[in-house]
Amino acid sequence: MFQIRIHGRGGQGVVTAAEILSVAAFDEGRHAQAFPSFGSERTGAPVVSFCRFDDRVIRTHEPVMEPDAVIIQDVTLIHQVDLFSGLSPDGYVLINTSKSFSDLGFGDFFDQYHIEHLMTCPATEIALEHLGRPLPNAALLGGFAALTGEITWDAIDKAVREHFTGPVGERNAAAVKAAFDYVASKLKEAARASTN
Amino acid sequence: MLRQIEGSKAIAETVALCRPEVVCAYPISPQTHIIEAVGAMVKAGTLAPCEFINVESEFAAMSVAIGASATGARAYTATASQGLLFMMEAVYNAAGLGLPIVMTLANRAIGAPINIWNDHSDAMAVRDSGWIQLFAESNQEASDLHVQAFRLAEELSVPVMVCVDGFILTHAVEGVDLLDQSFVDSFLPPYEPRQMLDTKAPVSIGAMVGPEAFEEVRYLAHLRQLDALERIPEIAREFFESTGRESGGLVRPYRTDDAETVVVAMGSVLGTLKDAVDARRDLGELVGVLGVTSFRPFPSEAVRDALAHARQVIVIEKAFNIGAGGVLSTDIAIAIHNEQTLLRTVVAGLGGRAITRRSLEKVLDDASRDELAALTFLDLDQEAVDRERARMQASRRSGPSAENLLRDRGTASPKIPA
Repeated sequence: MFQIRIHGRGGQGVVTAAEILSVAAFDEGRHAQAFPSFGSERTGAPVVSFCRFDDRVIRTHEPVMEPDAVIIQDVTLIHQVDLFSGLSPDGYVLINTSKSFSDLGFGDFFDQYHIEHLMTCPATEIALEHLGRPLPNAALLGGFAALTGEITWDAIDKAVREHFTGPVGERNAAAVKAAFDYVASKLKEAARASTN
Repeated sequence: MLRQIEGSKAIAETVALCRPEVVCAYPISPQTHIIEAVGAMVKAGTLAPCEFINVESEFAAMSVAIGASATGARAYTATASQGLLFMMEAVYNAAGLGLPIVMTLANRAIGAPINIWNDHSDAMAVRDSGWIQLFAESNQEASDLHVQAFRLAEELSVPVMVCVDGFILTHAVEGVDLLDQSFVDSFLPPYEPRQMLDTKAPVSIGAMVGPEAFEEVRYLAHLRQLDALERIPEIAREFFESTGRESGGLVRPYRTDDAETVVVAMGSVLGTLKDAVDARRDLGELVGVLGVTSFRPFPSEAVRDALAHARQVIVIEKAFNIGAGGVLSTDIAIAIHNEQTLLRTVVAGLGGRAITRRSLEKVLDDASRDELAALTFLDLDQEAVDRERARMQASRRSGPSAENLLRDRGTASPKIPA
C-alpha cells in the first residue's frame, strides 16, 4: 500500500489531484482510493485530500494517518498546518515553490529523511506558463511521478487527459510533462552532485 | 464495467439503470452529487422516460415521491441529515401507505451543534418509521444495493432506504464494477403496483383508520418486514449467482466461526475493522467481525447464530441514544439475550470524527484484557469535557457548551467582550 496526502487551499484542485492520481493507479491495474478531507469547502481555506493504492483490495476507509508521500500545493501552509504528521523517514515530500528545499527554513526538521526524497517544484509557474492559470495540481502529479517512481508519467498523462478534456486537457498534460521533466532533471543533478 | 468513480456517481448511474420514472429532490446542502448526476442524465435524455422534479423542500421531495409512487411510477429520491428530519412526517407516511419508494440516505449527523459530517444519527432517527434500512459497507455494495432495494421494495410494497456513509463513501473515488442495463432489466422487472391511483379503477389511498383497524394495519406492516427477512437473503443470493458479488443480505460474518470476540458494526467502518482483525488473527487472537447489512428489519436470528460462540461482543456504533446508550447494541442484546456474553458498546465516529485503525486496535487491546467498559466513547477528550463541566459549576452563566468547547480547542474566534 502506498499512501499520499495532498495539502493545499480551496480552489487549487486538491481534491481533483487525489482523484486523478487514483484514476492513474487504477489504469495501471492497481486498486486505488481517493477522498477529500471533509469540511465546509471555501476558497482559500486549507484543504486536505488523500489517495492510496495497493495491489490488493483496499478495505479501509480511515484517513491517511501515516503517508508515504506528502504533496504541498501551497507553500504558505507550512507554518499553519501540521503538514508532515505521520510521515515516515522513508517518506517523500513534494512542495510547490520556486525556492529550493533547503531555502524553506525547515532547519533540522528533515535531518532523518532521505534528502533525495525531498523536492520542490515551481508548479504554479509551470501552470501559469501552460494553462495561463495558477492551478498547480496536475503539474505536481507529474513531479510526484518523477520523484517517487510509484506511478508512471504515462498513467498520469492519460488520467489528466481523461479528467480535463479537449484543449484544457492538452494544456494540463503539458504542465504534467514540464513538471515531470523538471523533477527528473533535479534528481539527476543531485545524483551527479553526490557521486562527484 | 469496472470504473474508478466517485461513490455518489456510481450510485447515480446504478439508480439510472433501475429506470426510475420520477426523481424528486430539493437541491441544496445536505445533498450529494447523486441527485446532481441523476438530474444531468434526465436533462441529457440518457435517463428516459423520467421526470426530474425540483421541489421546494425536503418535505415536498418525499411528498412528491409518495404521489408519484401512488400513481404507479417508480420513484426515487435522496437526502441526508436535517433534510431527512424535515421530511420526517412524509417518511412515516410513505411506509404507512406501503409505497415502494427507494431513497438513498447519505448518512450524516444531526444538529445542533451544526455539523455536516458523517455519522448514523439520521438513520437512527427514522428506524421506527417502517422503512427497510440497508447499510452499505463499500461503494460497490452501495451501488449494488440500489438494484436490490427497488426489487425488494416493489415485491413487498415497502419503501427502502439505502444508507451510505456520507463523505466517507459518497465522496470517495474507488473502483466500482457498474452493472449493465440488460442485467438490471432482467433482475428488476417492471413495477407492478399492488395499489394505484387510476381513473379507470378509482380507489382512495390514505384512508383515516380508527381504533377498529389501526393495529391490524400496523401489524400487517410488521409482517411485511418479516417477509423481508426472508426475501433480503434470497435476493442477495440471486444477485450473487449472477454477479459473483456478495452485496446485500442480512448480516455479513467475517472470521466469526471460532471467534471469542466479535466486533459488530454497520457501514464503511467494517473495512477498517476487517484489516484490524486480520492483523490480530495473524497473532493468533480469535477475533471476528459481524457486519449488519439489514438494520430494519432487524435480523435477530442471523445475529444470534453469528454470535452464538462469542464470549465478548463489541458493538461499534456511529450514533447513540442520549441518556440510554447504544441503539444497535440494544437490538443486539435482545437478539442474543443471555447472561454469559459480555456486551460492550463503543460509540465512535460522531459528527465525522475519523475512526482510525489505531483507535480500533486500542479497543481490541482493552477487550483482550477484559478492560473495555460497558459503554465507551472512542477517542473522547475527557479533560475537555471535565473543563466544561467545571465551567458550568463555576458560573450559572457559563454559556453555550458547543462554543465553549470550540474555544477550549482554540478553533473558535475569541469571545466578544461584553
